[in-house]
Amino acid sequence: MSTTSEALEQSKDEATKTQAGHQIPPVLNAPVLNIPVLNVLPVFDVDMIREDFPILKQKIRGKPLVYLDNGASTQKPKVVIEAIRHTYLTEYANIHRGVHLLSELCTKAYEDTRVVLQHFIHAKESREIIFLRGTTEGINLVAQTFGRRNVGKGDEVIVSALEHHSNIVPWQMLCEENEAKLRVIPMDDSGELIMEEFEKLLSPRTKIVAVGHVSNALGTVNPVRDIIRMAHSQGVPVLLDGAQAAPHLKVDVQELDVDFYTFSGHKIYGPSGIGILYGKAALLENMPPYQGGGDMISSVTFEKTTYNALPYKFEAGTPNIGGTIGLGAAIEYVQKIGLDLIAAYEQQLLKRATEVLSEIPGVRIVGTAKDKAAIVSFVIDGIHPHDIGTMLDLDGIAVRTGHHCAQPVMDRFGIPATVRASMAFYNTLGEMDVLGQGVTKLKEFFS
Amino acid sequence: MSTVGSLYQEVILDHTRKPRNFRILSEANHKAEGYNPLCGDKVTVYIKLDGDRISDISFQGSGCAISTASASILTETLKGKTEAEAEALFERFHDLVTKGEASLGASPGRPELGKLAVFSGVSEFPARVKCATLSWHTLKAALSESGGIAAVSTE
Repeated sequence: MSTTSEALEQSKDEATKTQAGHQIPPVLNAPVLNIPVLNVLPVFDVDMIREDFPILKQKIRGKPLVYLDNGASTQKPKVVIEAIRHTYLTEYANIHRGVHLLSELCTKAYEDTRVVLQHFIHAKESREIIFLRGTTEGINLVAQTFGRRNVGKGDEVIVSALEHHSNIVPWQMLCEENEAKLRVIPMDDSGELIMEEFEKLLSPRTKIVAVGHVSNALGTVNPVRDIIRMAHSQGVPVLLDGAQAAPHLKVDVQELDVDFYTFSGHKIYGPSGIGILYGKAALLENMPPYQGGGDMISSVTFEKTTYNALPYKFEAGTPNIGGTIGLGAAIEYVQKIGLDLIAAYEQQLLKRATEVLSEIPGVRIVGTAKDKAAIVSFVIDGIHPHDIGTMLDLDGIAVRTGHHCAQPVMDRFGIPATVRASMAFYNTLGEMDVLGQGVTKLKEFFS
Repeated sequence: MSTVGSLYQEVILDHTRKPRNFRILSEANHKAEGYNPLCGDKVTVYIKLDGDRISDISFQGSGCAISTASASILTETLKGKTEAEAEALFERFHDLVTKGEASLGASPGRPELGKLAVFSGVSEFPARVKCATLSWHTLKAALSESGGIAAVSTE
């Protein structure tokens, strides 16, 4: 295709041809491409999507970049970069207390983003969305506020064997401090949680269940509906770590009836240093503040401070204003493409990557759950993951090697590390083949 | 530009496939265990020290190609060397894997790298420096330990 606008015109034609009663997801962010709004796209046009991500055009060590480290962090579309640029070039001031125009404009952009996030996860109210640094801070906030208040001596917190360190350590710290016990839902050899064991772990001592929606190391999509239903039947609230889920599948917090949900901006095509915690208003209202400082108070004297209302009670200090606005742009971008379409396309990538790697003798895929997000973790007999990672890097392929901040997951499978290819909707089926070729080549090299 | 060959030189691959002095040294009087928690690499270095001279040295463990070859070449290089010579070589080797070819210029008074020069490509891959130096850090811990078992971690 010669130009983006031509490609769009072409797609527009195709769109009208295929509008035979199908529900076609809306797609594309017109401002990015600086062309008139296009409402529908018949197929997932990855070439057009890639136009929105300037970094993907780069060559790495002389080879076209194949970026398969999206589980660690995702690349940013032009709209996000532009939104941040626009803020700092024309609309920046501190928020909430200013009486001048710039502060009012910036406050509006910041608060509008809260509403964008509210709609994105279908929260009932925007005050249930708290901006913070990311998933790690979201979990720490709940552990240090809800946890400190509600988890006492002899009580229990349940996590799963699939967690990454940030959904283990905050709870461990809490349990140590309050003399409570951390219990772990085990998993089977495919990387699926054993739900019968979860049922056995739930007891009147359980005060909170905190599990990942999608495993970062293996890609397993956990049966969160069942987990929530079972926990709620015992009156136990549930926190879902959505770091690996929110960018890849549709999340509806009301439908899930989840109590806390948290994810990071940088994994959903937004900037780093910004993320959200969703909490049911009734729970958040009964929790003590997380940090003290400006903005989280309504009045301060040396004798007594009264705290601000939700969500500000949990947002002490000047927040990451530019990052928040950038996150809003990222969420709008993702929504315009549509998470259903993204999820369906990423499943194709997962299928192809799994097929390509399975065909190579000596390659073992770790994590073979029935329901997986587009993450493939693998090991190769006799070749250390670090050597695989370096060899793939020399071919321009960015993967992650190591324990993926999930050492207990590695221990469960008796391996020190894996190679992880984690996909995003801007990856192509062709790139999955390039990965396969790279692996075949390095296997020959080390044999 | 970095190429496969600049990092994984033939000598390195040879030592990865057939590590030298890969055994437990029963008469060792110094020993240390090294661990890189990031990738799970583990190495144990055994040294038989006669006075201040390394009369025998061996290693065991598991790791990537770079860390295995580094440990193997370390044992080959240091057999017969004094403690002071070993420490001077570590300094030289550390410069090599962090600064690369630039550190290879004339350096009067510094020990010859010999076979260790095959690790010059490591400097182009900063994430792999720890792989190359794990056995050296372990060696240093072993030498400073008399009798007991020292443990080092790269983190």
